[in-house]
Order: sequence, then C-alpha cells, then structure tokens
Amino acid sequence: MDILSLFVTVPILTVIVLMFAKGKKQYRVVALVGFIIQTLMSFNLIYQYLHVRALGDKSIMVFTKDLLWFAPMNIHYAIGVDGISVLMIVLTSVIVLAGIFISWDVDDLPKEFFISLIVLATGVFGFFISVDLFTLFLFYELAVIPMYLLIGIWGSGPREYASMKLTLMLMGASAVLLIGILGLYFHSAPNGGPHTFNIFEIAKLNLPVGVQRLFFPFIFVGFGTISALFPFHTWSPDGHSSAPTAVSMLHAGVLMKMGGYGIFRIAMYLMPQGTHFWTNFFLVLAITGVVYGAFAAIKQTDLKYINAYSSVSHLGLVLVGLLMINQIAWKGAMLQTLSHGFTTALLFALIGVVYGRTHTRIISKMSGLLVFIPVIGILFVLAGLANLGLPGFSGFVSEMNIFVGAFQHADTFHRIITILAASSIVITAVYILRVVGKIMMGPTMKEYANLPGITWYEKTGTYILMIFIVLIGTLPFWFGNILSDSIRPFIERL
Amino acid sequence: MLMRNEIVLTLIILLVLVSDLIVKDNRKKIISNIAIGLFVIHMLIGFIPMPEGSLFGGMYRTNHLIFGFKIILNVGVLLILLQSASWLHDKLQDTTKIGEFYIILFSSLLGIYFMVSSGHFLILYMGLELSVLPISALAAYEVYNRKSSEAAIKLILSAAISSGVFLFGISILYAVGGSLYFDDILGKLPISYFSVMGLVFFFSGLAFKISLVPFHLWTADVYEGAPTPVSNYLSVISKAGAVFILMVLLFITMNTLHDIWIYLVYGITVLTMFIGNFFALRQENMKRFLAFSSVAQAGFILMAMVSANQEGVSSVVYFMAIYIFSNIGAFGVVEAISMKTGKENMKDYAGLYRTNPKLSLVLMLSLFSLAGIPPVAGFFGKFFLYTAAAGQGFYVLVFIAVVNVTISLYYYLKVIREAFLRTSDTPIAYFKSDNYMKVSLAIVAVILLVIGLYSPFYDYIYSVSNIVNF
Repeated sequence: MDILSLFVTVPILTVIVLMFAKGKKQYRVVALVGFIIQTLMSFNLIYQYLHVRALGDKSIMVFTKDLLWFAPMNIHYAIGVDGISVLMIVLTSVIVLAGIFISWDVDDLPKEFFISLIVLATGVFGFFISVDLFTLFLFYELAVIPMYLLIGIWGSGPREYASMKLTLMLMGASAVLLIGILGLYFHSAPNGGPHTFNIFEIAKLNLPVGVQRLFFPFIFVGFGTISALFPFHTWSPDGHSSAPTAVSMLHAGVLMKMGGYGIFRIAMYLMPQGTHFWTNFFLVLAITGVVYGAFAAIKQTDLKYINAYSSVSHLGLVLVGLLMINQIAWKGAMLQTLSHGFTTALLFALIGVVYGRTHTRIISKMSGLLVFIPVIGILFVLAGLANLGLPGFSGFVSEMNIFVGAFQHADTFHRIITILAASSIVITAVYILRVVGKIMMGPTMKEYANLPGITWYEKTGTYILMIFIVLIGTLPFWFGNILSDSIRPFIERL
Repeated sequence: MLMRNEIVLTLIILLVLVSDLIVKDNRKKIISNIAIGLFVIHMLIGFIPMPEGSLFGGMYRTNHLIFGFKIILNVGVLLILLQSASWLHDKLQDTTKIGEFYIILFSSLLGIYFMVSSGHFLILYMGLELSVLPISALAAYEVYNRKSSEAAIKLILSAAISSGVFLFGISILYAVGGSLYFDDILGKLPISYFSVMGLVFFFSGLAFKISLVPFHLWTADVYEGAPTPVSNYLSVISKAGAVFILMVLLFITMNTLHDIWIYLVYGITVLTMFIGNFFALRQENMKRFLAFSSVAQAGFILMAMVSANQEGVSSVVYFMAIYIFSNIGAFGVVEAISMKTGKENMKDYAGLYRTNPKLSLVLMLSLFSLAGIPPVAGFFGKFFLYTAAAGQGFYVLVFIAVVNVTISLYYYLKVIREAFLRTSDTPIAYFKSDNYMKVSLAIVAVILLVIGLYSPFYDYIYSVSNIVNF
C-alpha cells in the first residue's frame, strides 16, 4: 500500500480494532497507539517528502496514485501531496494526538467517542491527500457528520441546538460546493471526450471566463463557510463552545483549515480569472470577519466563546492573505493556517483543563488561578500570548508575512484592508490579555484553593502543541521553504 | 425462457397455495419457511443470465436492464419477507392468514414484473392493477385495527381513481398514436394539445403510484395504518416498478414529446421535494415520517429524469436500488421496535442506542443513506442523480435539490438525535428480534456500506442502460 493511502487505512484499522476492544482502558490505549502510529507516519512523510525533493523531483505533486473508480463518470481515486498537504497532514495527526491525550478520562461511551473522533480524522486525512474532486468531496462530507454525534452526545451547554446548527450549515455549504464542483466537471471537456474530476487535468484547460465567474463564488462560499467566512460563520461560536474539548481542538485546529486549503487548491488554482473578478468582494467579507470576530471576542463572557470568535478572526486573516494573491501573502496564509491550528488547539485544550477544575467558563467567576494551579496557569498565559502573535511563537511569523504581502498592493482599497488587518493585532491583544489577566492574575478566590494540579495526560497533550508552536515561531524558514516551493506553481497561475 | 421470472413466481404461488391446503392448522408457521425458501430459490434462479427479446408480438419484452432490475426487486422482496415473519406469526392471531399473505404478496410482485416488462399498454395496465389490488387487501390485514381498514379503503379508492385516470390517458394516447404497442407509437406521437392531454392523464395515473405531489395525499395515512411490512413493500417495490416504467415510457416511447414532459417533470420534482420535506419535518409517527420522506425521495428520483439519456437511466436505476435497501432498513427497524413494544412515535426512540446499539446502528446507516451521507451508499446514489441533471445544464434544479437534501438532513437527524443524543428514563429495553429479522437487517447494513463504494455495481448498471439510441 502506498504511503499516502496508509493515512486513510490506518485510522480505519484503528476503528475496527476499537470496535472489538472492551473496557475503558483498552479503548484509550488502542486509540492512542493508533494515533501515535499515525503521527510517526506523518513525520516520516515529511522526511520522505524532503528526500524526494532533494533528489530533484520537481513535479507539483509527489507520491501520486491514480485508480479508476467509477468508469462511466471518469471518477478516480487520485491522491498526491505537495509541501502544503504534507504540513496539513502533520498538523492533523499532532492535533488529534493531543486531543486523545486531553480526552483521556472521557467516561460516557468512550468507545464511541474515540471511534467518531477517528472517523472524523480519516475524513480529514483523505481530504488532504485527494487530487480528484469527487474523492475530495467524499472525504469532506465524511468529516461533517461525526461532528453531529461528537457535539451532540459529549458536548455541554446547548449542545443539541449547536450540533444541529453546525451540521446543517456545513452540509448546506457542501451542497453549494457541490454545485461548483459539478460546474467544473461539466466544463472539463471542451473538445469532447470524457469529463474529468482531476484537479490537475482541469487546471490544464483554460476554463471560459464566464464559467469561472459563475462557479467561483459557489466553491469559495462552500469552502469559506467551514473557514468561518463572514456572514456564514454563525455555526462557529455555538459549535465550538458546546463541543467537548478535543472536538473543539480538532474542529478549530484542523477542520476549519480545510476551507482555506480548498479555496487555495481548487477555487483559486482552477479559476484564476474568476478569482481576480471576485477578489474585492470577498476581501470585504473576509476583513469584516477579522474585525468583527475580534470585536465580538472582546464582548464575550465565556472562555470558549472568546476563543471561537478569535478563531473566526484569525481565519479571516487567512482568507485575507489568500485573497492578496502574491507569494508572500500566500506563504503567510499557509503559515497562519498551520500556526493558528496549533495555537487555537492549545488554547481550547487549556480552557478545557481549567474548566475541568473550576466547572465554569465564565470569566467573571474566576480569578487568581495562577496561584493555585501554577503549571496550568503558566501554560494558559503562554497559550494566550501565542494566540496574540507574540514574536517567538508561530503567530507572529505568519501574520507578518500576511501583512507584508498585503502591503505590496499599493492601491487605496488594499491599503485600507491591510491597515484594518494589522489593527486586528491590537484588538486581539485586548481580549487575550484581558482574559488571561482576569482569570490567572488578580485576587485569589477561596473556592479554588484546592484544585488538582495538571495530570500527565493533560501535560503531554499541551506540551506537544506548545513544541510545535515554538518550533514554527523560531524556525519559520524551514516551514516557509517547504511551503514556498509548493506555492510557486499555484501563484504562477494567477 | 424469457418469462422465466414470471413462470417461476407463478409456480411458487401455486406451491404455497398447495402447502397451505396441506399443512395442518396448528403447524401453519412452517409455511413461512417454505415460502421464504422457495423465494430464495426464485431469487437465485433470477441471477442466471437471460437473452434479450420479446414475446406475444412485442407485448412482453425483456432486456438486460429489465433483467437487472428484477434481480434488485427480488432481493428487496426477500428482505421484506424476512422482516415480516415475526409479524405474521405473532401479531396476527389468525394462522390461516400466513399462507394467504405470501400468495397475495407474490401476486402483487407478479404484477410488477409485468409492468416492468410491458411492451403494450394493456399489459402495463394489467400489471399495474395486479400490483395494487392485492396490496389493498394486505393493507387491511390487521382486521381488528381500525386504522388498518381505513388505510385499505383509502388505498383502494385512490388506486381505483388513479387507474381510471391512467386508462383515460392511455386511450387518448391510443387515439393519437394509433396503436397500443410501445414500439409502434415510438417517434410517432405528434405534438398537439390532444397528446399533451394524454400525457398528463397518463403521468398522473403513474404519479399516484410513485407518490408524487399532488398525488401523494394517500401516502401518509396508508403507510401509517397498514401493517409495517406492507408499508415497506408499498414504499419500495411498487414505487420502484412504477418509476422504472415511467422512465422507460418517457425516455423512449414519448421521446417526441420530450420538450413538453421535461417541464412537467421539472415542476413536479420541485413541488414534490419541497412539500415532501415540509411535511416530513412535522411528523412524529415513524411510519408517517418515512412516508413523507419517501415522497421527498421520489422527488429526487424524478430530478434525474430530466436528463433523458444514459446517465439518467443508470442514475435512476442505481438510486432506486439504494433507496430500496435504505428504506427496507429503516422500515425494518421500525417494524422490529413496533413488534416488541408497539411504539411507533419518534419520541419513544429516546436513548435507543444505549439499550439496543446494533439496532440503532442499522437505523443510523439507513437514515444516513436516505440523507446522502458518505460513505454510505446513499451518497453515491444522490451524487449520480445530481450529475445526471447537471449534465444537461439544469444547475438551478440541482441547487433546489441540494437545498432540499439539507432540509431533509434535518429531519433524519431528528431521529438520530432521539436515538443517540438523548437519554430517557424509560427507554425501549434491550430485546432480541427473531432470526429472520436479524438476518435481514444484517444484510441491509452490509449492502448499504458496500454497494456505494463498490464501483462495479454502478458500472454494470451503466453498461446495461443504453436502452435507447438517443
């Protein structure tokens, strides 16, 4: 079995073994082992990828495989990766691994929890390795339904409402996406012959401008909804807040990145003229999301809602970066995708850890926790700083790249967007520092005097994420180079 | 042996009749085993390939697509038979009715065979009548249940009226086309008010069987009142037969009227999808819920018919097969729960997963297949329906359809919500169904997981769908 298909088969095998396991201990160990294997595989993938590139392979995608699946429709199981996909795969495995650690003591139906989580991860892995639009769409939809079960069964607060809203909005968005995909498919054979779903085949054609302008918004909105594009982001705050910790980590950290990846890989790559036509319109929406998300986060009283709106804001920044359409901004957008994945997952993890002890997420009810739970407190402060883009952490590098890239457009419209985007740093600092200061510092409260310290699994989960955040922050050029090489063929199209 | 299916089925009917006469009153239950065993043999014989051809001067015809379709119908009926065994033995106090059930059901299936293989309007009408009249008798099978009798009356009255309308449409088409043989009127129907009238009446008669709006009003009451296995059969098998023959007639025989029936189909599709969905949203009784859900699904099937080409034919047949198995799964679970506890309300399913996990999983697979969620087969079925319609440029219709699929997801998730998300102080306790039911639900679960991903199934259907030179 080729190296990429393993990323889909290993999780499925883990699920099958899980179905036969008995007892809470076995469930978590099986899930953990399965994902340690997966994470090691993803590290191996980076190594193999760099090896293949060092040997001089200059093709856009490597480790490709193409199997004819449904012959009448010319649907193939076609997979392949480039630098961006490889890093996304690493992001996914690390975050799911951290999530499994964080959920070590889930006690209601643990087997089903881990099964749903791993099925979700399977969908995500399949999405990142797919090169055929049908296969990509299948894995994308596969990743939506387990969310309904995960939030609905193991969530808190208005979980039924939140899970239903999230599922319906995301499925609605994928329905819109489907129209776009079918539009691309049926225009992929201008000279007769069979239509194709293959991304690179379609890229070779020059689709008529009218077709591009028509179907670009469908695909952009379809993917944008899962990336919290304003005004389709409304599923996000309730969804993240009602979800259990590991699910929020996975969703905000990974699933929402699928949107940006899809926009980049499909909407922009296959429809360059359509992109140029729609850029300004979607830039307005994206920057609204950035600023609105940041201001909304200031107003929140619940920790998870703050982080949810913060995710809306940071992902809006990814979209702004993508829509700036130049090499630096795209590198920043992709780095931001990676970085925000880790930072938001870390913050959600720590919010979950704190909540597990204080049993409240309302900020006004917590104060001075740094005294009673110092390790957790320090980690929380660091996570907050990482989220606001402190130099040394990954967020700084990515945001800098986006702003530099955005600044390269000299016209007024883009300058305004750049200024607004840069101003979001300040607003982000406001809500992050306010939260961190209020909860961790300040007068201590008696009721929190005897909170248990951090457990081994919580430590492991958060340390894993922190390592990557620091790694990207201090060695950005290593990640940047992997990304730049893969961005180049795409930027040349536009 | 072109009429092999029909002849074997007739033999089986006679054999069951004879065994019903022979077997003593207190041992009637073995008739179920006999009937199911014979039907398994019939189904297996049905797999043996058959040449194409026609009989009786073209009145009866068969080709590879019809042959494949009958196989699918056979598998579906077998699953329904397996699911009905416990109801027949335990719920009905009167053991003499066991044998009659099989005889009547098989007669109805015989009617569907003729309907599907017809080459002449008379055979089509005969098949139509033969398929619906016996079912009306079966709908009243629980004679001490008022709802059952009500369902039967509604069914037979609606069926009678629609048959009358259908016949009127046929007579107009005869007047316009000059012959009752399909092959003779192929390409000869002129575009005139008269033939449009004939088309509309003819379509309405069949639309009743398929539960299209506005001919769907009988569906909810009949499905709710009739015994669950009968509703099961109505919702899948008789609907499938009617869809098939409608498709064949519209695509081939009435191809000259193509530009007219496209608008008819387009409008009815949109209407059916929306109305089916809106009513399903409000249902609490599981059987009524499944009734309206099947109305909406009929709307989706019709959407693919606007394409009028090979992709359209293959996607309709493929989706019908998947729909048959998904609905049998859903109705099967409802039947199992209803047999054991008599509960048919969605709210009674609260906490079902905690007590009956395997049953809930089959329910989940069936509902996800109906909703179109990967990797279950329904996703592939719906996807190919979209491609069939989009291939002819009907993007607006596809958009309306995907909006409706999202709406339908909501009500399917409502059931999932009850069974998985909610807990109850008085859930349905753990129970074991009888072996037949277990086997049928297991088969359905496997089928739903496999036939989507397993592409040779679709490839085969596509290859036999070139029944027309378009």
